Amino acid sequence: MSDKISNYPGTPLSEKEIRDGNVLSIHDQMPGDFSWDTGVAIGRYLAGLKEGVILGSHCTHCRRTVVPPRNVCEWCFRPMDSFIPLRDTGTVNTFSLCYVTWDVQRIKEPETPAVIEIDGASPLHGIMHKLGEVDPQQISIGMRVKAVWKPAAKREGAITDILYFKPIQE
Amino acid sequence: MSDRVAIIGVGWSGFRPITPEFSYKELMYEAARRAYSDAGVDPRRDVESFITVAEDFHEGTSIFDEYTPDQLGAVLKPMHTIAGDGLHGLATAYMLVKTGQFSIVALEGHSKASNMLTHAGITAYAQDPVLNRPLRLNTHFVAGMEMNRYLYDTGTTPEQCAQVVVKNRRNALDNPSAPYGAELSLDEVLSGPHLSWPLGMRETAEHVDGAITLVIANEEKALALSNYPIWILGIGWSNDSPALENRDWSSANYIKDAARFAYRQAGIHHSYQAIDFAEVDDLYAYRELQSLEALGFFKPGEAGQVTEEGLTHRDGAFPVNVSGGSLGMGNLLDANGLARALEVVLQLRGTAGPRQLDEVSIGLAQSWRGVPTASGAVAILGN
Repeated sequence: MSDKISNYPGTPLSEKEIRDGNVLSIHDQMPGDFSWDTGVAIGRYLAGLKEGVILGSHCTHCRRTVVPPRNVCEWCFRPMDSFIPLRDTGTVNTFSLCYVTWDVQRIKEPETPAVIEIDGASPLHGIMHKLGEVDPQQISIGMRVKAVWKPAAKREGAITDILYFKPIQE
Repeated sequence: MSDRVAIIGVGWSGFRPITPEFSYKELMYEAARRAYSDAGVDPRRDVESFITVAEDFHEGTSIFDEYTPDQLGAVLKPMHTIAGDGLHGLATAYMLVKTGQFSIVALEGHSKASNMLTHAGITAYAQDPVLNRPLRLNTHFVAGMEMNRYLYDTGTTPEQCAQVVVKNRRNALDNPSAPYGAELSLDEVLSGPHLSWPLGMRETAEHVDGAITLVIANEEKALALSNYPIWILGIGWSNDSPALENRDWSSANYIKDAARFAYRQAGIHHSYQAIDFAEVDDLYAYRELQSLEALGFFKPGEAGQVTEEGLTHRDGAFPVNVSGGSLGMGNLLDANGLARALEVVLQLRGTAGPRQLDEVSIGLAQSWRGVPTASGAVAILGN
């Protein structure tokens, strides 16, 4: 309820009434399973993560290095020229403190999504990940961070092979 | 506004049952690069608007249009996706050019069917959730019912439908991009297992992966850029009621309507006399016969007879699906109409290789959005 309205008119409907079948409804669930081919560029990127390396790709025409790598430069439409290993450190471009979870639960300690511009990539090219080992209130744009990797034996070629990025002092 | 509109570039990647080496984006990139090179355009400089045809459930990504610009050269340019068949996309491209606001437009459609692990579950989600889906039927049942009523009303025989499979898969042997070419006997087609009686599994197109890009331009650009622009003489589309409960099961009225729409624009009164060859929907073999009748080429019940007599064979008087059709090239999901248009363009240019038809000047491409839909489109192209 809000400051001005203390009681809404109408008949409230609870989840229990739907569960108990007091309300006519149809429940259905889509079997939608996909197995996406990662392809040349993202396939190499994920293979690199398994080895603990962040790969970018380089366009000599536009003189820029992008991460995650792709096989086409979206600026000039030429094929990318090479894959380049980058460092696993970078700078926070932007971040947010997210007080709602993936499955819509309220939380007190926020999630910390951030885009980290990776050292060695061109400006504005970074990895979408989370921050860790940091007080959320102390995070700032421009903060220097480094990847915290899963133990090598547990990496599976996924973006989650990096656990999070943590602040570093330089 | 009297300017004509032409297809000035085509490119494709595939078609193969699986493409594990490429992501869908990389498939799209390969097809787009070929189309732009074929048209002699730089997408970053010359192409003014971009269209894809795609269905979120086929991709496994909602708001799929957001994922299309990079690999088409469309970043920071007008780009949109329509949920329709490739020929609906071609109609959209045609209209964009006709507005006078865009001189060159790119159109893309693709299939990564091999990445869908639960295709039957996804087509089931095209059924009405309250009235039909609770019956828990594989969506192919819609084709089985349609075939049954079509045969009943027109006197078409299962052998005549099977003859379409024999013809199209034979044609596919001369199409290097078609993975399902085969020399089959009528008995081999008819002795296969049923999918939804009277429909057999061997009368049903298998899925393939692939991408197709077309470049569409106004008359001025087309004449400046292309030695063989293929003109869009007419393009129409139509939808019947989706209700399974009361649709016309035997005569594909939406195809009739889409054809009337396209014939009117092209100034065609007698389709069989005006048009030299056709690429039509054959996702299920009977659909080729049903479509040919709806398009007005033959009277109801005649398409099966003339197919048996060889009229629609490659060396017949009215070749149909010389490319191999969907039975020979595979079911490309939303890109099926583009595959039909692609073959018409190649034939009209005279670049269809070993399957090239002699002296063709007007061809027709027709598509259907597959079960359980009642919507289709028709394009008439000329050189």
